[in-house]
Amino acid sequence: MGIVTPGFTGRRRSDVNLPPGQYLTEDFPVLSAGPTPRIPLDAWEFVIVTETGQKHTWSWPQLMAMPSEDVTVDIHCVTKWSKLGTRWRGVPVSAFFDEVETAADFAMAVSYGGYTTNVPLDDLLDGQAWVAYKFDDDDLAPEHGGPARLVVPHLYFWKSAKWVRGLRMMLEDEPGFWETAGYHDYGDPWREQRYQGD
Amino acid sequence: MSRLAWRVAYLREVRDETPSARTLVLDVPGWPGHLPGQHVDVRLTAPDGYSAQRSYSIASAADGDAVELTVQRVPDGEVSSYLAGAYAVGDPVELRGPVGGWFVWRSGDPAPVLLVAGGSGVVPLMSMVRARAAAGSRMPFRLVYSARTPDDVMYAEELKRRALSDRGLDVSYVYTRRAPDGHGRPAGRLTAVDLAEWGWPPEFEPAVFVCGPTGFVEAAADLLVDAGHDPRRIKTERFGPTGG
Repeated sequence: MGIVTPGFTGRRRSDVNLPPGQYLTEDFPVLSAGPTPRIPLDAWEFVIVTETGQKHTWSWPQLMAMPSEDVTVDIHCVTKWSKLGTRWRGVPVSAFFDEVETAADFAMAVSYGGYTTNVPLDDLLDGQAWVAYKFDDDDLAPEHGGPARLVVPHLYFWKSAKWVRGLRMMLEDEPGFWETAGYHDYGDPWREQRYQGD
Repeated sequence: MSRLAWRVAYLREVRDETPSARTLVLDVPGWPGHLPGQHVDVRLTAPDGYSAQRSYSIASAADGDAVELTVQRVPDGEVSSYLAGAYAVGDPVELRGPVGGWFVWRSGDPAPVLLVAGGSGVVPLMSMVRARAAAGSRMPFRLVYSARTPDDVMYAEELKRRALSDRGLDVSYVYTRRAPDGHGRPAGRLTAVDLAEWGWPPEFEPAVFVCGPTGFVEAAADLLVDAGHDPRRIKTERFGPTGG
């Protein structure tokens, strides 16, 4: 426990279990580092590049034709808000790997607009991550990462790359955009891995 | 890399900025310094061990152990209402940082700077204005500051003074609800014309920093991109209603 702050009592305690240092919000705040890119669907593509340079590309119609899942998950942003029970529709990342051969343990998610974030491949498979294109039954809004974003709810939400364009497979872990700027390479909210060294 | 440690900071002084915002001048023994635009995490702990954390942008330029935060009271804000209310001179608070290596201005960057502030989004931009002066930089800076009314302008006196004394710094105001008499520009939201008139042309390849509430940042960044600014030169930071 930290030192007691004189005169601070805080709000009524919530009975939900949140990761350390998080608070509940009903809003859906936006966090991004630059202008919101606008990607026309006929130009959209999702590309996995393996460590040997092999490229696998999906177009928007191909994405729509893949079996999707509806998931309801809690999300936790490193800026301290958590939002419970968010509803998404997307294609599980595992589905893309059905036709990809890779020995890499790490992936760099790459976005339109230049954003990147690193995630271990194991954290993207087995029903842990989706390429999501609907939120609450609506098309995903551009400021929330539309037309499609990664959703990796068990990690801090900056790992859920907005405007995702693909994955670059890596044999060694490399820091992405926020990770280079001092944020944690893995980002587990339950272990409060906000910053490098946490 | 070693963990960013929690430090104990003590409130040295308070300055009211607007009816709903105040600046906390904190003493942070051992503070390592910071870059303008970085933020800190503040942690409050109740007697029963319950704690709450929020992030706040730093308002001051690096200056020894002193760190200034400007806290806008958010309706129903658990942390902001304490920091802008009961928190008193001499009281401790826990803090860690500085955090963030993206939304920062470095005095060696050879590009002119455009700062676009919406409301309390001026805080990290003020840190840049102050750091520029502290570094003796002559880099041309333009601040376009959107506030609801003249009463909502933070750092009003200092900005007025700096606009005269800090050579190469221009400050322009956009009032969205009520402009002062003689302002010349009717009240209303930030427009492309405002940015064309008071910002830099895209050909100057300025470094652009936009900070404010999400709607403001989205609108301002879109206007800048539409005007021809390279999206890669536009850095954004948002203050949500949940920042409190």
